[in-house]
Amino acid sequence: MKDVVEVHNVGMKYQSLDGEITALTDINFAVRDGEFISIVGPSGCGKSTLLSIISGLLPSTSGSVFLRGEKVSGVSRKIGYMLQKDHLFDWRTIFQNVMLGLEIRKAVTPEVTERAVELLKTYGLYEFRNKYPSQLSGGMRQRVALIRTLMTDPEILLLDEAFAALDYQTRLAVNDDIYAIIKQENKTAILVTHDIAESISMADRVIVLSKRPGTVKKIYDIDLTCTERTPMSSREAPEFRYFFLGIWKELDVHVELA
Amino acid sequence: MSNSLRLSPEHKAFLHQVRLSKIRIRLTQLLILVTAFALWEFCADAKIVDPFITSQPSRVLKTIISLYEQGVLFYHIGITCLETVVGFLLGTLLGTLIAIILWWSEFLSKVLEPYLVILNSLPKIALGPVFIVWIGAGPAAIIVMTLAISLIVTVLEVVNGFLAIDQEKIKLVQTFGARKLQILTKVLLPASLPTIINALKINVGLSWVGVIVGEFLVSKAGLGYLIVYGGQVFKLDLVMTSVIILGVAAFVMYQGVVLLEMLLVRRKAH
Ligand SMILES: Nc1ncnc2c1ncn2[C@@H]1O[C@H](COP(=O)(O)OP(=O)(O)O)[C@@H](O)[C@H]1O
Ligand SMILES: [Mg+2]
Repeated sequence: MKDVVEVHNVGMKYQSLDGEITALTDINFAVRDGEFISIVGPSGCGKSTLLSIISGLLPSTSGSVFLRGEKVSGVSRKIGYMLQKDHLFDWRTIFQNVMLGLEIRKAVTPEVTERAVELLKTYGLYEFRNKYPSQLSGGMRQRVALIRTLMTDPEILLLDEAFAALDYQTRLAVNDDIYAIIKQENKTAILVTHDIAESISMADRVIVLSKRPGTVKKIYDIDLTCTERTPMSSREAPEFRYFFLGIWKELDVHVELA
Repeated sequence: MSNSLRLSPEHKAFLHQVRLSKIRIRLTQLLILVTAFALWEFCADAKIVDPFITSQPSRVLKTIISLYEQGVLFYHIGITCLETVVGFLLGTLLGTLIAIILWWSEFLSKVLEPYLVILNSLPKIALGPVFIVWIGAGPAAIIVMTLAISLIVTVLEVVNGFLAIDQEKIKLVQTFGARKLQILTKVLLPASLPTIINALKINVGLSWVGVIVGEFLVSKAGLGYLIVYGGQVFKLDLVMTSVIILGVAAFVMYQGVVLLEMLLVRRKAH
């Protein structure tokens, strides 16, 4: 299979009056078509920075990123971004929220409006189209956020701690939900999380980053024996806890005593 | 989610209680007003206070009627209200515009910061005579006076509103390729609508101050003029009447803005 995303020797140094922060050094990896990648790493190791660089929002200070062989410079249309909070706009209805991306790209046509209706119908949100975000539950809001992202028809989804704001039970349900939608829509996805179990349960491969300056420490191929793979069934696979332990050790988490 | 068809007796009792308490509050409010006016009228009649100095409700009513018969009642009310409305609308509009410019150019915002601080702490009323000399003694000077009072407050308020917006919301629209103008129209302005309406509310109050001070200085027409004139010729009836009309007009205008807010910012309501 072809590589959709190639990250070549990417490094990032932030400048400030207090000095220079090296957030990332020498990041190298590639993502194949249709693959689901998780990136885990201690907080502050540069995970969000890495996603911003891949999306083209932030120019890296060294190295480069290629999307389908094209070098990234500026915000790429191939990318769909999901942030930690759903950031639905409470002054817009669900339908208007879903149309936001196309509105900004000035690409609203009868056809895409039709597609929005279809997506809302497929994912059980059609009857809420004229409601406001505050009237929806956290899980449904995250679903609307995903549809908003899908509306611009991105090839690659970047999810930055996209589930971290949800409570544990909702998060498990939303993991399954979003995973199913991403698979159904045939998207390539990169999920950043600090939840080891979540990273394994959703991904084909898990990339472990070291603490700052972040660099690729290890890449795990997640091979699980389960009949039909979903985040929930993955958690019950016999190999799950080996991956968990391996990544846990790799992350070298310890409580810092003052 | 209440089912209006089948209310439990407890819920009915609760709703009844809420309604009752609301009525009680309204009645008490009314009672205070009526008592105050009755007491005022009585004390003046019984010569406990001197009605020549304190005036009294019946004299106020007579004054209103006589102003009406002279055909100047609505002229003065109209002028003052017009100056106020123009003042607070212009203040809010220009203030928001300047706030947008400051957000747009970080350089300009940094350069202007100390000047804004100075202008904000300066008692703007001190500029009144300057405006009258520059612009001429008329409504224009009065409106500029109200602008001077409300403009800087609005600018600071709206800029703070802009800064309070979650940066991630801006990042979100940037991932769709939004540029500065679209960040403004799709995120900043709609997200700041409650802030802007709030500025409008503050400006209604400030504009009354500006207009009345302006009319004191210009002394040609309006409720402020009637107050100054009444004070000079010792017609306290005229002064009290104007103050009462002013109170009513200010209240009505404020309620108007509250209504506008309900129309524009009702989104969160279920
Ligand atoms: N705009 C910025 N300016 C300066 N330093 C930054 C900036 N953004 C992030 N950093 C720093 O870079 C490091 C990595 O940040 P981030 O990518 O947000 O980490 P993560 O998402 O893994 O928690 C952190 O130490 C953070 O303080
Ligand atoms: Mg982060």
